Amino acid sequence: MTEQEKQYLYLLCRIKGIGAVTLRRLWEELGSFQSIYYIEETDEMKKFPAFCRVAQKIRLGRSEQKKTEEEYHSLSEWGIQFITPFDENYPEKLKEIYDPPMGLWVRGKLPEKGCHTAAIVGARDHTEYGRAMAEWFGRELSAAGIWVVSGMARGIDSAAHRGALSSGGKTAAILGCGLKICYPRENYRLFQEIGETGCLISEFPPYAAPAAGNFPMRNRIISGMSDLVTVVEAREKSGSLITAALALDQGREVLAVPGRSTDPLSAGCNRLIKSGAQLADSPGDLLEIFSMKRQSERMVQEKNGKGLAKTEKMVYSCLDLQPKFLDEIIQQSGLSPGACMGALLELEWKGYVVRTANQYYGKKL
Amino acid sequence: MFCRVNSIGIAGIEGYLVRVEADVSNGLPGFSMVGYLGSEVKEARDRVLTALKNSGYSCPPRKITVNLSPGDRKKDGTAFDLPIAVAVLGAYGVVPKDKLERVVIAGELGLSGEVKRIRGCLAIAAAAEELGMEWCCLPEGNRREGQAAGNIPVAGVRSLREMEEFLKYGPRAENIAEAEPEEEEESEDLPDFSDVIGQPHMKRAAEIAAAGMHNLLLMGPAGTGKSMTARRIPTIMPPLTLEERREISKIYSICGLMPEDRPLIRTRPFRSPHHTATVQAIAGGGRRPKPGEVSLAAGGVLFLDELPEFSRSVIELLRQPMEDRSIVVARVHGAYRFPADFMLVAASNPCPCGFFPDRNRCRCTERQVKTYLNRISRPILDRMDLIAEAAPIPYEELAAGKGSRQEENSESIRKRVHAAWLIQKERYQGLSVRFNSRMGRGELEQFCALGREEEQTMKRIYEQEEMSGRGRDRLLKVARTIADLEGEKRICREHLLEAAGYRRGVRFYWGGGWD
Repeated sequence: MTEQEKQYLYLLCRIKGIGAVTLRRLWEELGSFQSIYYIEETDEMKKFPAFCRVAQKIRLGRSEQKKTEEEYHSLSEWGIQFITPFDENYPEKLKEIYDPPMGLWVRGKLPEKGCHTAAIVGARDHTEYGRAMAEWFGRELSAAGIWVVSGMARGIDSAAHRGALSSGGKTAAILGCGLKICYPRENYRLFQEIGETGCLISEFPPYAAPAAGNFPMRNRIISGMSDLVTVVEAREKSGSLITAALALDQGREVLAVPGRSTDPLSAGCNRLIKSGAQLADSPGDLLEIFSMKRQSERMVQEKNGKGLAKTEKMVYSCLDLQPKFLDEIIQQSGLSPGACMGALLELEWKGYVVRTANQYYGKKL
Repeated sequence: MFCRVNSIGIAGIEGYLVRVEADVSNGLPGFSMVGYLGSEVKEARDRVLTALKNSGYSCPPRKITVNLSPGDRKKDGTAFDLPIAVAVLGAYGVVPKDKLERVVIAGELGLSGEVKRIRGCLAIAAAAEELGMEWCCLPEGNRREGQAAGNIPVAGVRSLREMEEFLKYGPRAENIAEAEPEEEEESEDLPDFSDVIGQPHMKRAAEIAAAGMHNLLLMGPAGTGKSMTARRIPTIMPPLTLEERREISKIYSICGLMPEDRPLIRTRPFRSPHHTATVQAIAGGGRRPKPGEVSLAAGGVLFLDELPEFSRSVIELLRQPMEDRSIVVARVHGAYRFPADFMLVAASNPCPCGFFPDRNRCRCTERQVKTYLNRISRPILDRMDLIAEAAPIPYEELAAGKGSRQEENSESIRKRVHAAWLIQKERYQGLSVRFNSRMGRGELEQFCALGREEEQTMKRIYEQEEMSGRGRDRLLKVARTIADLEGEKRICREHLLEAAGYRRGVRFYWGGGWD
């Protein structure tokens, strides 16, 4: 594809209301992006009535042509690449799906061809268990050379990215907003790091705001880019299940990390397993699918209480993975509130305890 | 003929001498009053004339002139009715004038000639004593209040006729009977800490707060006993000393809030203004400023329930009195200083629905939570020494209630708090500081010195919690109080750790450093 064609594709991608599928169909019909862009001036318009609708949108979009062209030329300055399906490094697997995006904005380095990719998705409001699992999965997969794909949302997504960054940094974040915007804001550090060692991908123009409708759309890229999708924690009704459903439509393997039946945050995962998703209780299950050998995994397990002071041991034995409120710990350990708070702070420093909310404490995995 | 009577006007919470002068002379009959009078005082004219008539005095129509001096201070209130009436009677020659020089008179008149209760009798009696008066004549209903002021003899009068009798023949025994000494143990229906079920963390925080007069913020869902706990904090503070009771009663007396059946306020104040309260209601205000909630809570607890619902200006105005322990209300006629040495207890939900951080129940968005919490400004947050958390109580605990497990009552907690107060009293002898929370830099260095190991722990807390220098000072003060409660001379490691536990909420809810 010529550079000129690419620029026209860019202009088309920036026009609101023309989806990936429409664009692909038009291209198949007309043969070049230039002719799509100038569709009004050609006779092609009379071929299909539907073209009129498209033509109108393009006409509206053309008023911004200058600005968009400037934007296109400053992309390299921002460290952003514009990748199209005609490019060498466009993710191979993404082409297989029904509606691959016609343009991707990318910062960083995309997964190489033939590389294994696995998506890890889950709830934004997670539990300590979910966080630990996601981080563990991310870490082990990245260490085994598998790219970890996720959405950089709060909670499970971020944990999976963090895990991957801690061992090799092979991770791709698919954003629901433009690459010049970091959403959620508290993930700014993560955003930077992924941009440096992994890659940030978005199908939305650089300054697109994180609109609610964008997120389900980017979910199809998460699953589309991956060989398999692992759901770590999800409610009965959640975006992660949408991703899982999309993955099934796209013919991807779906795995779910099991949880307790009483835990509303695991209800979605358990239901997936019930309806046939593979149960994944360790990263090894994912590696097996890729027919890779299980490496000696660093198991996630509860720490034993060796080397703790007596009161600390007492407090630690009262804790659970499910965070407990301080009062409950005080009551169960029989210690005074003061001693209990002191011991908990100490344990937290030693890495035994995680504080999930102000005075809620749980065991750290 | 001319007659002069002493009375007391009130500015702020202090009394000043007002001389009520009356002159009866020949001329066109009439009654005129001068002396920069408020409308209540102007209305005294009709009350006085009718009361005189109905008490059976015959005042032939003459020209009556009344002057209240000093003439440049605005005079308000109804307390000048009685002195005006006495001055007029004196000018007519009905009552003897020889005693009037050394007597202070104050009271409101009814049309029948009865003398009614007035506000601020404590301040009036105190001012009279200071002026070296021999007697203070107050309405009978305020007699015990006046007697509580100190050493000046107070006579209670029920009617204008009794007033005349007093001036002619001296006091009657029943009018000057001293208040019988109060019974020690009041059988009052005060709430007790044993009513609060569970919540050991919050109770402990309340105990520490009361022991060092630290400000306390209670966070938690609705219905978990935040207000209940706050309401009970005054009951675990040691009883008021006589000096404190006088100070507090003076303010209550001026606001007309004194209970009728007792001369002095006996229980520690607990003020809980509604969150619609205005700046004037909290700080004190009005054209003639009256003490506001911060002053009424002096020596006790000012409780702000639903802190984020209070208007921003109200929350911000608390900053100055919390530093200076008094509040200055400035008006055109002058500035009035009211005491404001209170302990602030505030309660707040963690989010609009109240269930945050329990994500199974809380449906507020991150943004909603943030906006809600950000209504509490940093400077106020900075002054909260302890942040305690309340959680929903499991049903079993509620149902088991008092039967299975006896919750500690206020009295036994009060004993521990009292012991801590005594330690502080001893420590701060000869200093202006009375409580750990009021320590300045100098005292902090002197009394909160840390050992080597403790210093290291402090450093760790400081770094992990992203504290500021001010945060460190606050933490040390709380640790000092915890050590006092335990009866320890030095601040130990566990005291620091516990103190840190009460400040960690700031970072969780508001994020970032401690300022």
